[in-house]
Amino acid sequence: MRMVSAIIKPFKLEEVKEALRVVGVQGMTVSETRGFGRQRGHTEVYRGSEYQVDFVPKVRVDVICDDDQVNQVVDAIMTAARTGKIGDGKIFVLPVEQIHRIRTGEMGPDAL
Amino acid sequence: MPEIDTGDTAWILASAVLVMFMTPGLALFYGGLVRSKNVVGTIMQSFFALGLVSVVFMMLGYTLAFGSDIAQVVGGFDFSFLSGVGAEPSDLAPTIPHSAYMVFQLMFAVITPALITGAVAERMKFKGWIIFLTLWSLLVYSPVAHWVWGGGWLGADGVGALDFAGGTVVHMNAGIAALACVLYLGKRRGYPQDAMRPHNVPMVVIGASILWFGWFGFNAGSALAANGLAGSAFVATHLGAAAAMLGWLIPEWMQHKAPTAIGAATGAVAGLVAITPAAGYVEPWAAVIIGFAGGLICYIAVSLKGRLKYDDSLDVVGVHFVGGLVGALLTGVFATTAINEAGADGLLYGNPGQLGKQAIAAVGTTVYSLIATFVILFITDKLVGGLRVSEDEELSGLDLSQHSETAYTAEGGGTSIHA
Repeated sequence: MRMVSAIIKPFKLEEVKEALRVVGVQGMTVSETRGFGRQRGHTEVYRGSEYQVDFVPKVRVDVICDDDQVNQVVDAIMTAARTGKIGDGKIFVLPVEQIHRIRTGEMGPDAL
Repeated sequence: MPEIDTGDTAWILASAVLVMFMTPGLALFYGGLVRSKNVVGTIMQSFFALGLVSVVFMMLGYTLAFGSDIAQVVGGFDFSFLSGVGAEPSDLAPTIPHSAYMVFQLMFAVITPALITGAVAERMKFKGWIIFLTLWSLLVYSPVAHWVWGGGWLGADGVGALDFAGGTVVHMNAGIAALACVLYLGKRRGYPQDAMRPHNVPMVVIGASILWFGWFGFNAGSALAANGLAGSAFVATHLGAAAAMLGWLIPEWMQHKAPTAIGAATGAVAGLVAITPAAGYVEPWAAVIIGFAGGLICYIAVSLKGRLKYDDSLDVVGVHFVGGLVGALLTGVFATTAINEAGADGLLYGNPGQLGKQAIAAVGTTVYSLIATFVILFITDKLVGGLRVSEDEELSGLDLSQHSETAYTAEGGGTSIHA
């Protein structure tokens, strides 16, 4: 099994969620986060002083799926989250060692 | 025997409520401007003044400001613990109960030192603030209020300076005291290299809105009657705030390419400050000019702060001292007896001498408040072993270190400890 962890633009979350649902993903974890890549930050103005803010608000979407489903999931996120402009984000794929469902104690793919 | 007017009494009691609400409004205004680890501490510094200063004012503050005059410097002790302050009117306001006049004044006494908290933000010990608040209220606020409104040397019985609702007594007084605090306490750790951004812009705008709302009581209530003068002061107050919002936003937009919400809120407050001494003496068109000048000049003053390298964290000097000074001087230009017979004509109406009187009041208030505040800071410093919190406390924030609270807590993650 794999974890697909995508850092996306916050306003793309709904589209990404819908695209993942279409390819059969049944659950995900979403967190509000901040960071920067090549986009770097932006300037903010408070009472006549300008501040360079490096960390930009982003949303991180974590999805666990079977190995053979990874390409579909990655493609779905890639298509839905892309604007073509700088700052669209990144997708990381990581191996997952074990999964447990807390309510029943089921393990492995059954726990998804 | 003076007679109580029920309309006047109703309006002054309502005005006292409006002015009371300004202090929590100020707490939110300042609370939004600080970082999230200091929001509780900042709100508490202002909100606590409602508790402490009210009691101090009842005991001695009122009588030092409004008791029988001693050499035009301070009030005597005849109203200590509000002795004799009851349902009968006093000479200070002949158509309302003395108690109503007193409680209206009490609300002014509460908010004035609360204004200073913006200068000591994010670094002062709460214990030190309690002592400073008590001493400053009795030794600075009450005498200066006496000078202007209680029969002292600056008011109608003395120099004859005009200050309708507290441009010198409240705003210049608190603003210059703030400068003393900034110089005495020094910068926050990390200032100016770290970005210390306001943590909650909507909170700032809500706070400024509550201030604006309460300011109608502050200024129009200062007519001390429900009459034409109150209506005139009400209009001037609103127009002053409105024009100042524009006076701040225009240069900000030109210089930084952005009209900010904090700028709009701060500009409005600067205009309310500037119109305060003038509210009951000027025509509506003059209120627009005074407000616009207040917004514009305070914007310039706040922008210059960075070059001066001192950490007036929430711009008390730039808004309240500078705005108060603009208002005090322009009152001497635009005041007219056509609006208020009990007032005076200003420069524009053929009386250039009034401008000089306004300047004397400004200088007198500034010099006394600056020196007295330094002395009070020195005494407080010795009493509490340093005015500033420790480095660890400053880094972790006032909320946790001074009040054992955090403003924004996540669900769960704790167990209760029973005593």
